[in-house]
Amino acid sequence: MKYLYYPGCSLEGTASEYDFSTRAFMSAVGAELVEVTDWTCCGASAAPAINFLLSLVLPARNLALAEKMNQDCDMLVPCSACYLNLKNAEEHAGKNAALLHKINTVLEEDHLVFGNKIRVKHLLEVLSKDIGAEKIRSLVKKTFEGMVIAPYYGCQALRPYIVFDDPEYPQSMEPLIEAIGAKVHRWDMGGKCCGASHTTTKPEVGIELVSAILKKAKGADAIVSVCPMCQMNLEAFQDRVSEYQHEDLHIPVLYLPQLLGLAIGLTDKELRLDSNLSDLNGFLRKSEAAHHGSIHS
Amino acid sequence: MKTEHSEASDILAPVRKMVQACIQCGTCTGSCPNAFAMDYTPRHLWRMVMMGLTDEIFNSLTFYLCSACYSCTLRCPRGLPLTEAMETLKQIAVKENRLVNKPSQLFYRNFMESVRRHGRVRETEFMTLYFMDMKHPFLPFRYMPLGLKLLRKGKLSFQLPSGGNTLDALFRKAVEAEEANP
Ligand code: SF4
Ligand code: SF4
Repeated sequence: MKYLYYPGCSLEGTASEYDFSTRAFMSAVGAELVEVTDWTCCGASAAPAINFLLSLVLPARNLALAEKMNQDCDMLVPCSACYLNLKNAEEHAGKNAALLHKINTVLEEDHLVFGNKIRVKHLLEVLSKDIGAEKIRSLVKKTFEGMVIAPYYGCQALRPYIVFDDPEYPQSMEPLIEAIGAKVHRWDMGGKCCGASHTTTKPEVGIELVSAILKKAKGADAIVSVCPMCQMNLEAFQDRVSEYQHEDLHIPVLYLPQLLGLAIGLTDKELRLDSNLSDLNGFLRKSEAAHHGSIHS
Repeated sequence: MKTEHSEASDILAPVRKMVQACIQCGTCTGSCPNAFAMDYTPRHLWRMVMMGLTDEIFNSLTFYLCSACYSCTLRCPRGLPLTEAMETLKQIAVKENRLVNKPSQLFYRNFMESVRRHGRVRETEFMTLYFMDMKHPFLPFRYMPLGLKLLRKGKLSFQLPSGGNTLDALFRKAVEAEEANP
């Protein structure tokens, strides 16, 4: 298994633990990641709010760079916002030859050609479909028996492009959580919006959306996420949300490859667990106990 | 239904094309996680687009409150590209200089400025640009707890992004191409 890897800006900055844990996990399951050379920003949610063509040119630039490297691999993308933009370029170019031509006219500026030859895959698709629960189960060294995990999918890995999961009732993480011996927290917030950049530009609105999610996560030992924006929203504002709701809504939040990585025996350090903003200590203690309990029982 | 639109309302033409098959069922509003904070609900906004109420639309906050969750797009019984319609309104607001929601617009603009300069976004630089542009001396304090948390975790980098690839030419060309032939 080999993938072209597009980390994106967040994974280079505030979400570096997502980058480290993705690379560590993929290498542990025997998949090779080749980072796209000289990749640039995909435009995030900002380019589509400013200029339509630019919002396609920015991801297309990276796809063109990837095509130059290897056309036989899929592109692996851990960030849902990057995934959506790259997928947008793929889909628009596939449907509209005139638009593809226009994109290429702009890319000429950088001596690049976008041929729409590479398939873009979200990390969750790769984990749940290409690698799969069975393979992960066979590698488990540490079970999470008795622990309850709330799968949080967010929006843009599921919608608008329906590729690997049900966009209304997402389930792709459930077999993975069960593969490591944990239970799935039953809730209906897995595919609900975290508010994206509202927490910065419209905090009073963003806080409401985050509150709704954290409230329904009660009863779970942790939330797992697959997007740096979701992760930031769910873990960085827990103090404020708890104060605002007069209720303790603190909960550990991990990236999916961090959780799965722990189960297959990767170390805290390899998974950069000390970089998470939410407090993971209680969770890690409980998981140690769960693991030892399951060995002795 | 009026089919002719005055010149001023013509800037809505691309959005009107996207939503003209709307049957006003309200599914989009019912699906929208941000509807509670909007001054007009999504369903109402599409009606206003059809009626050509340009000023009311661009003075409202509705489309800035869209967080692109795609729930409405997924569920609209007419299959209309509603998230794209919200984005198109944001794009028109920039093009026509109808800047009502300062925070969102400055957020997007400063983000893109960081990308244009370096090819990649360094969150620290972009947030600094954003705070400077907001010209709100106490605003950064609202983010102090978060800033300190990030700093403690070594997540605030004061270095420029590693790529160092300016996208200036690409940006210029894209804007030119879009204007020449939208
Ligand atoms: S869901 Fe579609 S048809 Fe129904 S009101 Fe919204 S835009 Fe119109
Ligand atoms: S895509 Fe935007 S308008 Fe549609 S439901 Fe989500 S937030 Fe609301």
